[in-house]
Formats: sequence, C-alpha cells, structure tokens
Amino acid sequence: MSLKKHVKLGLSALALSISFNSLAAEDPIKVGILHSLSGTMAISESTLKDTMLMLIEKQNEAGGILGRQLEPVVVDPASNWPLFAEKARELLAQEKVDVIFGNWTSVSRKSVLPVVEELNGLLFYPVQYEGEESSENVFYTGAAPNQQAIPAVNYLMNEIGVERWVLAGTDYVYPRTTNKILETYLKDKGVAAEDIMINYTPFGHSNWQSIVSDIKQFGSAGKKTAVVSTINGDANVPFYRELANQGIDAADIPVVAFSVGEQELSGIDTAPLVGHLAAWNYFMSVESDANYDFIDAWIEYKGDETVVTNDPMEAHYIGFNMYVEAVKKAGTTDVDAVKDAIIGVSVPNLTGGFATMMPNHHITKPVLIGEIQDNGQFSVVWETASTVAGDAWSDFLPGSRDLISDWRKPLFCGNFNVVAGTCGGAAKVAAE
Amino acid sequence: MGISRSLSQLLLICCLLWPALASAQVEDSEAQQLLTTLADASFVEKRQVVNRIADSGDERARYWLESFAANKLGRIESSGQFIVILENRGRDWTVENALTRENLGEVSRRDLDTIRVNNALRTELESILSVIDLKSPDQDQRLTAARALKGSVDDTLAERLPELIAAEDSESVSEALTEALAIYRVEEQGDIKAVDTLSGSLNSEARAALQQAMRSDDEALAEAAASAMDSIEQKLKLNRAAETLYFGLSLGSVLVLAAIGLAITFGVMGVINMAHGELIMLGAYTTWGMQQLLPGQPGLALVLSIPAGFLVAALAGIAIERTVIQHLKGRPLETLLATFGVSLILQQLVRTVISPLNRTVITPEWMSGSVMINEALSLTLNRMYVIGFALVVFAGLMLIMRKTRLGLEVRAVTQNRAMARSMGIKATKVDIMTFGLGSGVAGLAGVALSQITNVGPNLGQNYIIDSFMVVVFGGVGNLWGTLLAGLSLGTINQLLEPWAGAVLAKIIVLVFIILFIQKRPKGLFPQKGRAAEG
Repeated sequence: MSLKKHVKLGLSALALSISFNSLAAEDPIKVGILHSLSGTMAISESTLKDTMLMLIEKQNEAGGILGRQLEPVVVDPASNWPLFAEKARELLAQEKVDVIFGNWTSVSRKSVLPVVEELNGLLFYPVQYEGEESSENVFYTGAAPNQQAIPAVNYLMNEIGVERWVLAGTDYVYPRTTNKILETYLKDKGVAAEDIMINYTPFGHSNWQSIVSDIKQFGSAGKKTAVVSTINGDANVPFYRELANQGIDAADIPVVAFSVGEQELSGIDTAPLVGHLAAWNYFMSVESDANYDFIDAWIEYKGDETVVTNDPMEAHYIGFNMYVEAVKKAGTTDVDAVKDAIIGVSVPNLTGGFATMMPNHHITKPVLIGEIQDNGQFSVVWETASTVAGDAWSDFLPGSRDLISDWRKPLFCGNFNVVAGTCGGAAKVAAE
Repeated sequence: MGISRSLSQLLLICCLLWPALASAQVEDSEAQQLLTTLADASFVEKRQVVNRIADSGDERARYWLESFAANKLGRIESSGQFIVILENRGRDWTVENALTRENLGEVSRRDLDTIRVNNALRTELESILSVIDLKSPDQDQRLTAARALKGSVDDTLAERLPELIAAEDSESVSEALTEALAIYRVEEQGDIKAVDTLSGSLNSEARAALQQAMRSDDEALAEAAASAMDSIEQKLKLNRAAETLYFGLSLGSVLVLAAIGLAITFGVMGVINMAHGELIMLGAYTTWGMQQLLPGQPGLALVLSIPAGFLVAALAGIAIERTVIQHLKGRPLETLLATFGVSLILQQLVRTVISPLNRTVITPEWMSGSVMINEALSLTLNRMYVIGFALVVFAGLMLIMRKTRLGLEVRAVTQNRAMARSMGIKATKVDIMTFGLGSGVAGLAGVALSQITNVGPNLGQNYIIDSFMVVVFGGVGNLWGTLLAGLSLGTINQLLEPWAGAVLAKIIVLVFIILFIQKRPKGLFPQKGRAAEG
C-alpha cells in the first residue's frame, strides 16, 4: 500500500516537473512564415522563406529571445490569394504562432488582412507597395511610394533633366496606384499631359516589340525622356531584351524600375542593360560591413557562391530584428504588448544606418538609385541625404491627402482625417 | 559649363594629336594623383577630371577611361593602390594594377572601392572615346564613332570636321560625319543649307534639330525645316508600317511554333494535352542545360539543343502518353483534367529539382542585336531567326506528314482507326510515334522561346492558351490552318496594340475568335469528308 502511494506521489511529482519545465523557459516562440513555395510567386517568395529560416537560426545560436528558442512554422500558400487567408488562419488559430512574416503581392496582403485583424496577429510585410493602407496588426517594412517612386522621379527630373515621361506598368493595383500618384505629382511639377505616356501590359507579357517601338518614338521628340517602370516579375526580362535589341540604351532613354532587383537580374545577361536604373532602399553592392556580413552569412547558409541578396530580404532582416527588440523591450510575446513596444524601436539596416518603426507602422529608409552593371549588380549613383519615413497615405491622391495614421494612444487610428477630425475617413482610393 | 567646354576643346586638340603623343607616359606619382582626384570627386567634378586625364597625353589614359566607363576602375582601400577589375563576380574579384597592369590576383570585395560612374559621365566618356576612335585605322570603329557623334558635336570639333570628312575614304563614314556636322549647323547656327543635308535623314537627332529649327524666328529657315520634316515623316510612316508587319510576323511565328506541336497531338490525334506548355518548357530547360554543359560556347550549345530539346520533350511526351493518356482514350474531359495535373507536377518538379528562379540562357553573339535597314528601321536578329526556324519546322512537319510512311500511317489511323488496323497498321505504335512527334516539336518551340523569353517554371503556362487558340482558329487537324492562323493572329495583335494597348488588344483578339468560331465552328480550314464527322 505504501509502496503504491510512493509511486503515485513520485509520478505526480514527475508530471508536475515536466509540465512546469515546459511552461517555463522551454516553450519556444513560434514564427509563422507565409511565403509561396510553389506557383508563380515562388520565384520571388521562396528566397524570403530561406532568409527567415537563416535569421531564426542565427537568433537561436545567439540564445533566442528572453531565453526562449524560436521555432519556424512554414506553410505554403501556393501563390493562391484565397489560400493565403486560409493559411494565415491556420497559423494563428491552430499553430498559435506569435508573429507572421510573409506575403509578397498586394492582393495576397489584402486577403490576409481581415484574418490578421480578426485574430489579432502580427504580420511583417517586406515588399515595396502602393501605400493607402495602415493596419493595427501589420508592419510595413518595405517602401511606401514616397520612399521609392517619388525620390526616383525627383532624381530623374533634377539630376538627369528628364522632361518627358513614360509610366509603364503591369496591369494590377500596385502599378495603377503608383502611376496615379506619379501622374498627379508630375502634373503638380508642371509637366504637360502630352509629355506623359501611360501604358499597361498583362502579367507575364512577353511580346514587347510594338510597345518598345512606341516608347522609342515617344522619346524622339527632342526632349529628354525616361521610362518609369512598375513592370512586375517575369515580364521584365523580355522587356529589357527588346530595349537592347532595338538599340535603346540608358544614355538615350533611361528606364528606372521599382520591381527589378538583383534576383530578377540573375536571370538575364545584363551587358545590354548597363546604365538602366532601379530605385530601392538596399542594394547588394552597398559598401558597408553589416552588408558584407549579411552576404557572407547568406552565402554560407545557402552553400552557393552565386546567390544574391535583395531589398525585400533586407526588409525581413530589419523587420525580424525589430520584432526581437520589441519582444525584449516588452518582456513578453503578447501581441498587444509587442505592438506598443515596437513603435520607436531602432535597429541597424544593411546600408550602414538605422531603421526606426514609425507610429504609422511604416519604417524609415534611405532611398538609393542604382545603375545596372554588367555583373548583375547595381552601382549606387545617388542617395537621399538622410532616411525617409514611410507615408501610409499619399499626399498626391485626392481623398488620401488629409489622412494620417498613428497607432499610439490616444489617437490609435490608421486613417485619421485631419480635416474632419474623425477616425475612419478612409477613402477607398486604391480601388477607384 | 564654360570650363568644361574649354577643357574639352583642349582635350580635342590633344586627341587629334594622339598618335604623336602615343608613347608619352606621365610619372606614376602624377598618375596616382590624377586617379585619386577622380576617385574623390563628386559626379560633377568627375567630368572635369576625366577631361584632365584625357589631356594628360598618357598612353594609358584610354585604358583608364574605358575601364572607368565600364565601372571597372577601382581602388584597394587598405593600400590606396589603383586597380582595374578583370572579373567582378562573387566575393573575391580578380584585379590588375591600373598603373603597371600587373595582375594582382583575387582581392576581397570588402577591400575594394569602385570609382562610381553614371550615365551622364558615360555619355561624356563615350564622346571622348569616339573622338579618339575617329583616327582609328579600323573602318567599322570609325563608323560607330562617327554615328555616335551625331548630336554631340561641339564648336572645336565642328571646325575640324570638314577636314576630316575630306580625308575620309570610306563613303559611309564621311556621310555620317557630314550629317553630324549638319545637325550641329542647324542646331547652333540655324544654317539653312545644312537643312537640305538633313532632309530625308531618319536619325532622331536630325529630327530633333529640325524640330528646333521649325520653331525658329527665321521664317525661311522654319519653312525649309518644315518641308524637310514633311519628307521625313512620309518616310517614317512607311518604315513604321514595315516594322509593324515584321512585329506581327515575328509574334505570329512564335505562336505557330508553340501551337504546331499541339496541332499534331490535339489536331490530328484529338488528345487535349494541357501539359503541352510544360513540354515547351522542357525544351527551353534543355537549352539551358546544354549551355551549362558547354560553358563558353553558347552558340554551339544552342545548335545542339535543337536535337536534344526534341528528344527530351519527345521522350517526356511518350512517357505521358503511355502512363496517362492511353488509359483515357475517348474520354476528353478526363484527359483534360489528368494532363492538367501532369502539367502542375512537371512545373513543381522543375521548381524543386532545378530552382524556382528563372535560368539565364545566353543569346549567342550572332543572334543578338539587330540588322539596321536604315536609321528608323532595324529588324531584331533573334526574332528573325525565330521566324526562319518556325518556317523550317513547319516545312519539316509537312514533309513528314505528306511524304513519309509514318505520316501516311498517322493519317490512316486518324481517319479510320479500325480500318487502318485491319490493314495491318499497328495503331498503338502510331499513337506513340505521333504523340512523340508532337511533343518533340513542342520541345523545339522551347529551344526557340529560350531566346526571347524567360526560362522558368511558368514558361509553359504563358503559351498554352495561345496555342489552343491558334489550333482552334486554324481548324483542328490542319497544319496549314495553324500556320495561317498563327501568323494572322500575331499580325492582328500587333496592329491593334499601338492604339488599343496590350491588354485590350488581347481581349479584342479573343472576342474576335469567339465570334469567328460561332460563325465557322470548324475554324479557318475545316476538315472535309467522313473523317471530320467522327
């Protein structure tokens, strides 16, 4: 009898100690990774998944956060927009992840947004986008239009002396909104309507002959002409190839692109593209020690000397480190506490400066203009004197001009109308 | 501006005396100092430093400036030594000493600073280099240099040009120089005689100069310029029409290539093969694989990929036919779904095994660039090859179908399977051969497409709809129909695109086909006879 009692006691003590252990320091912080590993977007997004895995591995080697290890939870939304919402729900409701890093296209973000807001999750979004959004639960570590498009146009206008503009884009929300902003901006600056040519092409457009020939014709009116390109993904390769074949080089009609980075260039022979431009907040060729360390770590992680780094990877690097700092600052992974703590957090970026999380959930970034080199890299030819804070609501769209976003109490509003003095003045600008 | 002008004048004199100075070399310390100034200068200051380097008369100046223009001039941070980068890929770059040209081996990227160059500087450098090149003994080099000078002639050069033109023995070079001089005279001096020289010129700089002259206060000049512009516009219109036709044919030939394999499997055999696009993709990846096997010989690799791409795609097609399609004979809906599944599997296979990223397929030298008919019309070479290739493939297929035993058997089996079998034809074998042939041709299309579009897992998807469209429009089972349908759809699309935009043009073409099929359900060239009923 007494023996049985002893055993029972011992067992319960054991059980208690096990459950206690797992409750305390051993419980890992779960990091959800929501990037497409199959389907059309896998080309861009699978790299970001690997970036996150590398960052998590490094953080775990350094002891995790608050003594807790991090555990990645990878799901594959397969480039399917509704599936993004389902997978986000799976991550938050079933896997109970503490934070999600994910998405690439705006449409996938829009699909995930209601889920993240409903289940009060945290989402770090690493890609440049059209703005006109600010959610309590989303942190935008990519560039807003005022951190990429507007400075690039200023560079062309002031440094290159461009007077005639071709706004060429793929036919979906990001290029359309960006071009609307740019068109208003250019007209404000006194550019005549006949000096602006706007052209949209479908996804994956591969036959650029007549469009390039149109651009050539548009550019032969005796005024300096440039192309501002929001052409997305795969369509860029045949576009640049056609430019080169028709003999348009960067000295005649420079093309400044917002969606072409090192990774896109790794799929083409760049010799004919030398001198064309791209505007980003990071280039692999940036000469800073932080960047060289990051590149070394990435090459080592992938085990391939030829891999490249790009801007959205830096955005994840910044976003991840901001999350780490915010959790340390809050002392917990509780979503509301982290949301409060992260505003104002500053972490080093890869270009040798610092990125700060602003109250509107956007971050400060330097803007760099780079020229394409023959080795598929960019050479920085211009950069902003200091970092630029991301603006959620563009000043160049009617309806969004009066809106501000501030997620600090007491305002705590993503779309505060400063004229009306009310929260919720969101005009559906992007959908117009 | 003033300083830069006078500097460039100085430079010019120096350049024209170049051969005399060729053996000159400045002291290394001076060279080091010049390059240091260049490295530390802002972009605006660099323009002046560049001219000073050219002025120095050093025989290495051209080498420095050329390297600088190519973004290959740099400095080793730790030693301050100037270098020219020979190989700039990866983390360690191969460099040589810029002063002594001694090879220094590999240096870590961390320790290297490249001297940055931008477009404005590159243009300046190009005109400096082309002035030097005007003295080159190589006629092609002189011609390129003379063409580059159009629109960038300055006062000093304008004075020297008549002399150079007189001394020039190549007609095309002297013509180009005369035009460059005329542009300068119209632009800077409003010279009415020079307007005559420019009338009929298709050069865009010449047009810009004439447009400027048209706005001039001098009425006679404005009038002359306007009439010169008129004649140019006439010529341009003709050129543009020719260009659109060429664009249409080239898009059409791409459509024909993509669709013609399908015309055999779908048109002749009646199999709806949704994996057709992926067979094209396999052909494109074969080209990439070949280029990996034969590094440094992209041309040879491309030629070898023609048979290789055919084989790979044909074998894959046969495997699909044996494992999937033959079990679903006569059940088109299930075939459609099953082959769609196969296409997804193939795509994901490529993503997992090779990479989700696009692969670089190099365009061989002889296929890149364009043939310049005149200054407003140049035909891109890669497209021209594709047009030719499409026609050759079409002719080859026609031969096989009309003149070989296989072709005869294929036609027999498709017209009346039971009868053909009773005549001793092995229908199963014919099925395999036909499907293999159609798939192999898809592989050939892939080889050609690798030269004009992305080689990636999504390649096939972009062409599958177009392929079906062409086959249905042309008339199922008719190769001639496919050829005509492809070429005409391509041309219609290119005619519409300039005014309707790419998105709308595509929609209009689709609507047109739907309406057309309503009127003539069997396409352009319907199959005749009893076979068509079955």
